[in-house]
Amino acid sequence: MSALGATGGPAGTAPEPRHGRRIFAIWLVATVIVVPLVIWVVGPHIPPVRNSQQANDQHAVNVVLAALAMPVLLFIWVYFGYAIAVWRQRPGDAAVDGPPIEGNPRIQLTWLALTSVLVLGLAVYGSVDLLTKAGAGGGEGPNPIAKPSPAALRNALQVQVIGQQWLWTFRYPSYGGVETPYLEIPVNRTIVLHVTSLDVAHSFWAYELAVKADAIPGNDNVAYVTATKTRSFQIRCAELCGLWHGHMNTTGQVVSDSDFATWIAQQQSQYSGVTKELPPYSHVYYPQPIRRAG
Amino acid sequence: MRGRIAGIGGVLAVLIVLVVLYFGDFLTNAPPALSAPVQNGSARLTLQTVASFGHSPAPDWVSYLAQDSGGHWHHTTIYKLPAHTLVTVTIYQFDTATGLRNPFLAQVRGTQSGVATFDGKTEPVINADDASHTFTVPDLGISVPLPGVADDAKNQCSAAPCTPDQAHTTITFSFMTPGPGTYRWQCFVPCALKTYFGNGGPMQTIGWMSGQLVVE
Repeated sequence: MSALGATGGPAGTAPEPRHGRRIFAIWLVATVIVVPLVIWVVGPHIPPVRNSQQANDQHAVNVVLAALAMPVLLFIWVYFGYAIAVWRQRPGDAAVDGPPIEGNPRIQLTWLALTSVLVLGLAVYGSVDLLTKAGAGGGEGPNPIAKPSPAALRNALQVQVIGQQWLWTFRYPSYGGVETPYLEIPVNRTIVLHVTSLDVAHSFWAYELAVKADAIPGNDNVAYVTATKTRSFQIRCAELCGLWHGHMNTTGQVVSDSDFATWIAQQQSQYSGVTKELPPYSHVYYPQPIRRAG
Repeated sequence: MRGRIAGIGGVLAVLIVLVVLYFGDFLTNAPPALSAPVQNGSARLTLQTVASFGHSPAPDWVSYLAQDSGGHWHHTTIYKLPAHTLVTVTIYQFDTATGLRNPFLAQVRGTQSGVATFDGKTEPVINADDASHTFTVPDLGISVPLPGVADDAKNQCSAAPCTPDQAHTTITFSFMTPGPGTYRWQCFVPCALKTYFGNGGPMQTIGWMSGQLVVE
């Protein structure tokens, strides 16, 4: 007997309940209860925490994905639970195989159509979000196709993120190319991160700001972030990069405009001597020499 | 048939034991910790860098060594320091220059007054191409570049421990230890001979060009 849409049983037995309708009803009730809970109760706790525009975008996407995935998940659970509860072999039941299932075009087409709409819709939604939200905090390579608005870009602060085994440093090209081991950025201002590496592949990950970009030698990986709260944030390497990979982290700060101005002036003063030793600011570096390494 | 299964099972068991032993040895094998001598409330850490260790297990690897209170040199990069204490570091640097991959590390930082003394001359920054090694503790914001000896210097050291009569530069600096904790330190010059980007071998193995400051 087919599981869904069965309407009757063999002669002399009680008519088979309409299992399909039962399952659908249970699923519908569960969905109506659970989806709002996911959106309004669980949703606010779904990462990332909303400390930047990019984090807001990613958070919204994660909530939408969770809400849309929930009906699918519930259908599987409800069907599975129903099958265990209703069609299990009870004590004394003979182990009899059911009739062969020859397919149900209506169910198959419905399933295919629904999942196609869901998956393709999410693909379109994700693509549009990436394009309209300036990459949503991800690295876009040297020539980003998704950019912030021209007005935001005009006022943007360029910061270069340099990875090496096992240290992050940061250069500020609009402040004389000063390099520092600390990352400070002003709040509510678009930051254009140019992420690169001097040796092996690293990955810059400021997860509390929801920005992440691979640091690849010889590559200028551009990512955009606009922090919306003054606070500290962790910076980690998200690419296994050798012995001290687990220690390749530091703490950044989101500060007010005036605090940033004070801080960057201090950095320029403190590192004025070594700034003269630095190569001219460039999007990528090919450091030489490696005399001993050969 | 039963004998064959037993044989395969035995071989598999031996292989598993060998793999477990290998990883256990790798994970637990660390150089011994050396305590910095403390005198009059301040600690003294004396180190040397050598171009080639000169002994088993890796005679051609570049390395740091540390001196104990009796003046004996030990092949270790794990140093125990007292908390909230001024530490004076002296490094005898016997290697030639390689140059920094990132010239930013030519700057002295995190030391007392932000300077170090190089062969008696106090400087805040050196020429990046002259660096042979660095002593850098990223978590404490401490970094000191170590200038190399001239490529054509006479009487260069070829095996550890090197002696004061061999060509070297002397670098001294001081810093305050923070509260208790374990802080990694490392060299930031790509100084590992014939390895990928100069960052293999001794740069990827604790006990050679990186280690830990155990502050307690």
